[in-house]
Amino acid sequence: MPSGIKDKVVILGMGCSRFGERWEASPEDLMVEAYGEAMSDAGIGPQQLDAAWFSTHMSDVGTGRGGLPMGIALRLPNIGVTRVENFCAGGSEAVRAAVYAVAAGACDIAIALGVEKLKDTGYAGLPVATVGTLVPQWYPNAVAPANFAQLATAYRHKHGMDAATLKRAIAHVSVKSHANGAKNAKAHLQKAVTEEQVLNAPIIAEPLGLFDCCGVSDGAAAAIVTRPDIARGLGKRELVSFKALQVATSNGWEMHSSDWDGSYFHTARIAAKRAYEEAGIRRPREEVSMLEVHDCFSVTELVTMEDLFLSPEGGAVKDVMDGFFDADGRIPCQIDGGLKCFGHPVGASGIRMLYEMYLQLLGRAGSRQLANPQVGLTHNLGGQPSQNVCSVSIVGNFPS
Amino acid sequence: MQGIIAYGAYIPRLRLSRKSVAQANAWFAPQFGARGKGTRAMANWDEDCITLAVAAARDCLGLGEDRSGIHGVYLASCTLPFAERLNAGIVSEALTLSDTVEALDIGGSQRAALSALSAALDKAKGAAGNTLVLAADLRQTRAASAQELDFGDGAAALLVGSQNVIAEHLGSGTVTVDFVDHFRSDGADVDYQWEERWTRDEGIGKLMPRAIAAALAAANVPAQRIDHFIFPSTIAKVDAQLAKNCGIRPNALADNLAMTVGDTGVPHALLMLAQVLESATPGQLILVGQFGSGAQALVFRVTEAIFGFRPQVGVGRWLASGTEETNYTKFLAFRQQLELERGMRGEQDKKTALSTLYRHKSAVLGFVGGRCELTGNVHFPPSRISYTPGAPALDTQKPYKLAERQATVLSWSAEYLSYYPSPPQFYGQVDFDGGGRVLMEFTDVGRGEVDTGTRMEMVFRVKDLDEKRGFVRYFWKATPVRFSSAGSPGPGPTE
Repeated sequence: MPSGIKDKVVILGMGCSRFGERWEASPEDLMVEAYGEAMSDAGIGPQQLDAAWFSTHMSDVGTGRGGLPMGIALRLPNIGVTRVENFCAGGSEAVRAAVYAVAAGACDIAIALGVEKLKDTGYAGLPVATVGTLVPQWYPNAVAPANFAQLATAYRHKHGMDAATLKRAIAHVSVKSHANGAKNAKAHLQKAVTEEQVLNAPIIAEPLGLFDCCGVSDGAAAAIVTRPDIARGLGKRELVSFKALQVATSNGWEMHSSDWDGSYFHTARIAAKRAYEEAGIRRPREEVSMLEVHDCFSVTELVTMEDLFLSPEGGAVKDVMDGFFDADGRIPCQIDGGLKCFGHPVGASGIRMLYEMYLQLLGRAGSRQLANPQVGLTHNLGGQPSQNVCSVSIVGNFPS
Repeated sequence: MQGIIAYGAYIPRLRLSRKSVAQANAWFAPQFGARGKGTRAMANWDEDCITLAVAAARDCLGLGEDRSGIHGVYLASCTLPFAERLNAGIVSEALTLSDTVEALDIGGSQRAALSALSAALDKAKGAAGNTLVLAADLRQTRAASAQELDFGDGAAALLVGSQNVIAEHLGSGTVTVDFVDHFRSDGADVDYQWEERWTRDEGIGKLMPRAIAAALAAANVPAQRIDHFIFPSTIAKVDAQLAKNCGIRPNALADNLAMTVGDTGVPHALLMLAQVLESATPGQLILVGQFGSGAQALVFRVTEAIFGFRPQVGVGRWLASGTEETNYTKFLAFRQQLELERGMRGEQDKKTALSTLYRHKSAVLGFVGGRCELTGNVHFPPSRISYTPGAPALDTQKPYKLAERQATVLSWSAEYLSYYPSPPQFYGQVDFDGGGRVLMEFTDVGRGEVDTGTRMEMVFRVKDLDEKRGFVRYFWKATPVRFSSAGSPGPGPTE
């Protein structure tokens, strides 16, 4: 095992735009919003940036391709801007690249920015994606809700659970996130909902109803990272540092082999184990203070609690129903509303998750501030249950 | 001895209620009120002539993986999807036949299937190997027409050769005359029909007896000895009249399936023949005729070998497995006669990269995966490096056919978000008997019919229609196993 990233890099500043149906904002406007907040938080000027990583997924309906959209929108001083794309996990990848560049000593200060403009398609839901020339000739014309809904059938079957019990548990996942989102002025959906509303919503992909699906949003988020000594030199006292940055990518085993039972994320378990090891966490259920997971669908969040070893195998339903992950529970999850309510501008989501952890660790989360959080975990997933990219990051206070 | 050595058929699962058609159109065409009886077979949105033909061929050929004995494929139809691109070639790929097979498309008249059968019988005299004669039609009709009620969709298959013959060919008669009871010009969707009474009296009444007489003479069989007389027509009682005029016993008349399937067009005589063969006994004499741009008739004698063959499903069970469809607008929409609002998700371009298709034709059309020789792990699509955890072996996969294997549903969903011609779209992961997992679309399935653990079998269907360029993508889909005798072939060599 390499020595890892723990405490080698800290966050100098972060910014996040308001997420939502930003009819008035172009992708450039969203970038300016997140960048402006991050730069002002960092207290630096553009000339101090050494390199940039830019995450956007659906470039054809949003920003366009390559690193140019970011370089031009922010008038960066001709530094390298590299576009990264890794489905919905691209935001975390941009951060990882920037952090690694700083850790390697290639850069002193680097910026990662993610943006997605999804509301210029003319219809609701994620845009229809293109997938090369072979896949469309045999693969179903799959849509995200039905891909993730399959977790529910497989999970139920594995644990011998009736449909109503699981439906109610995933409803609670959404009710909790709506309650959290209602306290977040930047969130796409800021309205609390009842369990009854969730259970009776129209079906999108069986068994998932409308409220089991996250918002499809416009938005941008940015993180500026540097070495601890540079941050101190710039006058920063309280620092948030990276404890672990892990990514696991499917190799087709889940897709092809009957050994995977379809009820969990193989990659998430691998990335989580590696991240805990990198961060030195031995008992995640006791040591993690809070988390932001990739709750693209309510059932994703539920099974992820087991994949991150926070709930025992088969125990996520009980934990969810016991309120273990509620705002006043043992490990608050989606305290900012999550993808469900803060929204899901694809390329920005991983950085948005980090933004909430950063605010919470610095005590800046306002009305949703948790008491004394120490360790924050973000789980950012791209793809679908049977083939995906999974990023697990852990951040915490930098030892003074 | 030349003749039929195997037979098969396919009737789509949906059976459109004629009453629902007649009632919906009664404001415009009240004259069809009395014809609103029974059902007609209705292809699902993802079926066309090619998929119908493949289904009938599989019914005929069964689960066996060795199809090397088939040296010819003659596909008869008047409604093939491609005017240029060998339709029988697509069928050959789907059936994983050898690429040395002689494949022909045959059309132009309602007796094209009998012409194909005649050609196959002739071929059997000289050459080794068997010829697969396929016939399928999916005819467009106008709303509120007699044809809409009378026609049905379906396909039939015969394997013709000279070994293990179950119905020996005794003789044939053909009359080719430009008698135009209906026509359809190039590019037109729908037939133009002349008066039925004229067709009955001047066409069928005068031309069919000549072909029948010639066939009986060639076979040296007197008309009254015919046990089964097969003559499809949508004209009421014309078969009985013809039998009477030709001296064939009235009880020899074969059921024309009008009340259940409707007249399927080119395949109909072979479909009726497939039904007759299911219960025929050795020594029985069969006369099969069809009318179109003249007349054609063939005489067969059933042999003892009839007991040694059963189709995979067979007409009887296809008939029994139907689901009545009472939604007439669904029928119109499936035929592109009713333009439904698809939403913006329906705007996606379905252009097919033909060079990609060619590289992967065995996987896409034949559903051939790759089985690692070291581990037995099955991959679809096949790949150069195997997924085996910790041991990714290079170039160890051998072709492995999945089409005739059954599978079990691992996970599924039914979604209402995307544009799908028959919502909701069902798809899920299935695990094949003997290994291999594929995320597949499900077809011919309704709510409550699938769950984790449901047994599925594979069907060849239209995957996508590229309406902009007129191209059709085909692939395999999973459907619940409905016939208990069907099963997966055992393990073994698979090339």
